[in-house]
Amino acid sequence: MPFARWIPQGRATNLTFFIIRRILWMIPVLFFVIVITFFLMHLAPGSPWDREGKQLSPEVIKNLNIKYGLNKPLWEQFYLYIWGIIHFDFGDSLRSPGQHVSDRILVSWPYTFTLGAVTFVLLVPIGIGLGVIAALRQNTLVDYIALGVATFSASTPNFVLGIFLIIVLALGLNSLTGGTFYLNTGGMSSPWNPFQPELIMPVITLGALPTAYIARLTRTSTLDTLRQDFVRTAWAKGLKARLVVLRHVLKNSLIPVVTALGPTFAFLVTGSFVVETVFSIPGIGRTFVTSIAARDYTMILGTTILFAVMIAIVNLIVDVLYVFIDPRVRLTG
Amino acid sequence: MATAIGVAQQVDWDVPEQTGLWKDAWVRFRRNRLAVAGLVFVTVMIVVAIGARLPTTPGGLWHILHLTASPFEQDVTNSYALPSLQHPLGTDILGRDQLARIFYGASISLTIGIVVQFLILFIGGAIGMAAGYFGGWVDNLLMRFTDIMYAFPDLLLVLVFVAAFGPSFWSIFIALGLVYWVGLARLVRGQVLSIKEKEFVEAAIMTGTAPMKLILKHLLPNSLGPIIVTLTFGIPAAIFTEAALSFLGIGIRPPEPSWGVMIEDGYAGIFADPRQVIFPGIAVALTMLSFTFVGDGLRDALDPRMKR
Repeated sequence: MPFARWIPQGRATNLTFFIIRRILWMIPVLFFVIVITFFLMHLAPGSPWDREGKQLSPEVIKNLNIKYGLNKPLWEQFYLYIWGIIHFDFGDSLRSPGQHVSDRILVSWPYTFTLGAVTFVLLVPIGIGLGVIAALRQNTLVDYIALGVATFSASTPNFVLGIFLIIVLALGLNSLTGGTFYLNTGGMSSPWNPFQPELIMPVITLGALPTAYIARLTRTSTLDTLRQDFVRTAWAKGLKARLVVLRHVLKNSLIPVVTALGPTFAFLVTGSFVVETVFSIPGIGRTFVTSIAARDYTMILGTTILFAVMIAIVNLIVDVLYVFIDPRVRLTG
Repeated sequence: MATAIGVAQQVDWDVPEQTGLWKDAWVRFRRNRLAVAGLVFVTVMIVVAIGARLPTTPGGLWHILHLTASPFEQDVTNSYALPSLQHPLGTDILGRDQLARIFYGASISLTIGIVVQFLILFIGGAIGMAAGYFGGWVDNLLMRFTDIMYAFPDLLLVLVFVAAFGPSFWSIFIALGLVYWVGLARLVRGQVLSIKEKEFVEAAIMTGTAPMKLILKHLLPNSLGPIIVTLTFGIPAAIFTEAALSFLGIGIRPPEPSWGVMIEDGYAGIFADPRQVIFPGIAVALTMLSFTFVGDGLRDALDPRMKR
C-alpha cells in the first residue's frame, strides 16, 4: 500500500486502511446484489398482478403498470430504483397498496430483532460451553452425548424441529403447559419483550443448528489448543486447572470461533424465514417469504438489500474483531 | 524410445497405487459403523425411490406389486386413518396412503440431493479449475465473484432464484446448482494451486502435456477425495433446502408429494392429527443424518494423513 510520508506507520494505520477498504468494498457488493435481484425479478415469468382464480382485467393491469412505473423500459426502471435507494426511498409495496416498503419493514423488524437477539445471546455461551466441556472430557460419555446432540440438531431441519416441539410441548403436554408456550393464534404477544414464554420454542428452533455448529468448532479448536506446548508448560509449572483452562486454553481456542459469528448471523437470517413461518411470527423473514410467493418485486428487493447490508456489516465487524483479538493476523485483502 | 519408457513406467507405478488408495479407503470406511449404517439406509432409500417412480404409472413398482397403495388415489371417506395393514402409516386428510407418499417423496428429495451435485461439480469445478489453473486476473475476477456469493446465506439466494424462475422442480434444481457451487469452487482452486507446485505436474508440463490433458489426467484425479467429500456433505444441504422451500410454499407444489409439501400439509392439520408431520419429518431427518454419516466416514477414509 502506498503510504504518504506524513501518515504514521504502524498497526493502527494499517487497521484504519483495512476498515476503509472493506467499507468501500461493500459498495460494489451491494450494487451487485441489487443488479442480480432487480433483473432476476423483472425478467422472471409472471407478474405481481397474477391472481389465483379470477384475473384482473387488462385495463386494470395496464393502469397498475403505469402507476408503479412498470411500463417504462427496464433500464429506466433500474435507474429510477437506484436513484430512489440513494435517497432511502424503497418504493411502494406492490401487493399492499399505499404502503411503503420501508414502513412494512419497520413494522416487522422488532419481532425478528427480538427473536434473533435472544437466540444469539443464548446460543453463543451455550455453544462454547458445550464445546469446551466436550473437549476437556474428550472420548468420555459427556463428549459423546454433546457430539451426538450436535450431529442430530445439525441434521434435523429447523421446521421439523419446530413442529415437533409444538407437538410435544403444546399438544402432548398440553395439560401441564396449557397454552403457555404457544399462542393458538401464533406469533408473539409483544414485539419487543424478550422474556415472553412464546419465544421459548422459536428460540430453541432457531438456535439449535448454530449452537451445534459453534459447539463442534469450539471442541475442535480447544482440542488443538490443549495439545500446544504452552499448555503443557502451564500444567507442568503446577498452575491450577481453572487457570490453565481459562487463561491459556480458552483465550486461544476462542479465536477461530470468532470467525464463526459471521455464518452464525447468516444462519439466524435464513432461519428466521422458516421459524417465523412455523410460529406465525410477523417478522421480516415471514414478510420476505410471503413477498416471494406474491411476487411483490419492491418488497423482495427492499428486504434483500436490507439482509445484504446487515450481513456485510456483521462480516466487517467480525473481521475487525478478529484483527483485534489475534495479533498474528496480517492485514490484507 | 523415450515414450516407450514413459509408458512402461506409467503402467508399473500407476495401477497398483490407484487400486491401493481406493481399497484402503474402503477398508477404513467399513470400520466406521455409523457411516456403514448411513450407507445402508441411503441405499435402501434409493431403491425405494426408484421403485416409486420407475414404471411411469402412478404409484410405480411398489403399487404394481401391491406393496403400497397409490400415492395419488384419494378416498375422502377414509381421511386421517390410523396405521393399519392396508395403510402402514395411515392416510392423510384426503385419504391418500402416507407410506406411498413418503416413498414418492423420497424420489424427489434424493433426485434433488444427488443429481444436483453433478451440476455443482460442473459449475464449481469449472470455475475453481479456471481460477487455479490460469491465475492472474482470471483468478482475481472469479474469486471476487465467489467471495460475494459466499457472503450471502444459501437459502436467501435460492429463494431469490426460485422467485425468479417460478416454483417448480426444475427451478429448484437450477437454483440449487447456481448457489451451492461456491464452496466447491474454492476447494478445487485451492487443490489446483497446491498440486500445481508438485513435481509430477512440473514434469508433465515440461514434457509438453496439453493443458486440457493436464487438468483431466493429473489435477482432477488428485483432488478427487476432498471433492467427493464436499459433494457428499452437499447432499443433505440440498435435501434440506428443497424441503424447506416446499414447506414455505415456494418449492414443489401439491399434489406432487415432496416431503416438504407433506409437512406443510400436515402442519395445517396438526391439531387434528400430528402423525401427518411426524412421519415425513422423520424421513427428512433420517435421510439427512445418513448422508452426514456417510460424509463423515468418507472424509476420514479418503484422507489417510488424518489419524484417528
